[in-house]
Amino acid sequence: MDTFAYVRAGSLAEAAEAFAAHPGARYLGGGTNLVDLMKLGVERPTALVDVTRLPLAEVTELPDGSLRIGALVRNSDLAAHPLVRDRYPALSQAVLAGASGQLRNAATTGGNLLQRTRCPYFQDVSKPCNKREPGNGCAAREGVHRDHAVLGHSEHCIATHPSDLAVALAALDAEVELYGTAGVRRVAAAGFHRLPGEEPERDTVIEPGEIVTAVVLPAATAGLPSAYRKARDRASYAFALASVAVVLEVADGVVARVGIAFGALAHRPWRARRAEEALLGAAPTPAAFERAADLELSEARPLRDNAYKVPLARNLAVDVLTRLVPDGPVPHEEDS
Amino acid sequence: MGSEHGPRSAPHRSETTLRVNGKPHTLTVDHRRVLLDVLREDLDLTGAKKGCDHGQCGACTVLVDGRRVNSCLLLAVALDGSDVTTVEGLSGDGEDPHPLQRAFLDRDAFQCGYCTPGQICSALGALAEAESGHPSHVTDPGAPSGRPVALDRDEIRERLSGNLCRCGAYPRIVDAVQDVTGTGST
Ligand code: FES
Ligand code: FES
Repeated sequence: MDTFAYVRAGSLAEAAEAFAAHPGARYLGGGTNLVDLMKLGVERPTALVDVTRLPLAEVTELPDGSLRIGALVRNSDLAAHPLVRDRYPALSQAVLAGASGQLRNAATTGGNLLQRTRCPYFQDVSKPCNKREPGNGCAAREGVHRDHAVLGHSEHCIATHPSDLAVALAALDAEVELYGTAGVRRVAAAGFHRLPGEEPERDTVIEPGEIVTAVVLPAATAGLPSAYRKARDRASYAFALASVAVVLEVADGVVARVGIAFGALAHRPWRARRAEEALLGAAPTPAAFERAADLELSEARPLRDNAYKVPLARNLAVDVLTRLVPDGPVPHEEDS
Repeated sequence: MGSEHGPRSAPHRSETTLRVNGKPHTLTVDHRRVLLDVLREDLDLTGAKKGCDHGQCGACTVLVDGRRVNSCLLLAVALDGSDVTTVEGLSGDGEDPHPLQRAFLDRDAFQCGYCTPGQICSALGALAEAESGHPSHVTDPGAPSGRPVALDRDEIRERLSGNLCRCGAYPRIVDAVQDVTGTGST
């Protein structure tokens, strides 16, 4: 590992200043991914600007009924927070489905969103990877890509985003608050991460030097039935093969509001807008859920070894949607 | 590479004060050093083990400010002012082992013992988390928030999934932890 300068920021302005003063700097949060990548030689910062002492570890109810999660709230505290558990169960469940108890104690909300892909070629500096070194090729396309993307990938990159938390945020219509020298802005969580396109080195829409300061959960999805389900190779402590976060409101026998986001299928949490449109106003039957999931996943372009993800994701979505229908699912059309 | 004059010429060592098992230590550390290496190499506390050095095995688990964490991923410089508890600090000054240590002995919950300090520190953290109402992946989502969570075998297995044991002593590790929760079957 190369040496680096260390700056402990006392304020957001100080952090941004230190970042600007050290070309090649990185912000340090919980460090669970960044320090690992530094050990691997994937990240080689000239300076670490430690933001962990900034006052961003609070969960606050805002007057409009939304819930503001400070970027430094640790993953374990986020998942355990009574307001999160009671109002946004999918978020608590998603966080608890990821990593280990130790890692969740260290990892922050902001850092979770900014973690990098676990593509083995990205993490191995001896292999070609356009995300790590733009222009030098993608070894995963013809290599081991069982865990890789089936939706929205480009010829340059087939990596997936590894966060569970981000998938729940996308489904719940959360927003990400960013601080930069130009001021504070909010972007939709569903649009915070990017598709790889021509620039796979850019995971998110964050600008250099910007700091994630909070995630805001809206009043509109507070208290609605929501859930997260994740399929993985072992029962615990593994990244998703496919996952889904769903928020579903049924009123007068029809779907009044629905948010569906898939994880581990793409370079970003995949908000299933086509499936949602198909379901709005429809009766919440398993058949309708199946049709909607199939419609969304008809866009999938699986690689040689990951076509299994498409039916896996479909079945996860149908299962979670069905279980979220109040008073149990309406019987299958064929059965009635 | 002439890095003397490049961006890497800034100071790369800083002073950091850690309170380890109750004793303050002020050290000047290379910014690259992680807590695990400082404990083992500078403070001679070799209980915490280096298994993977990448946050994947849990052998390096210690408590920082009362919470279990992977010490291989924490930069010592960033921990300035923190309270660290290692397996060496569990029994206090006395000779008596901590109840978790006692239970691991009684249940013969290890073979080579390499993962054991991490398992014990992790279990200690997990017990405190459950007591303070932290749910896990296997906790019923309908369980009331903020109340202590009872730890059955499934809960213990899930909560300790960040600690790998290459000897496969898992069933007895679960037995030992269950003994300490007071819900152990005999
Ligand atoms: S040595 Fe730290 S997790 Fe393996
Ligand atoms: S007892 Fe040998 S690794 Fe666990």
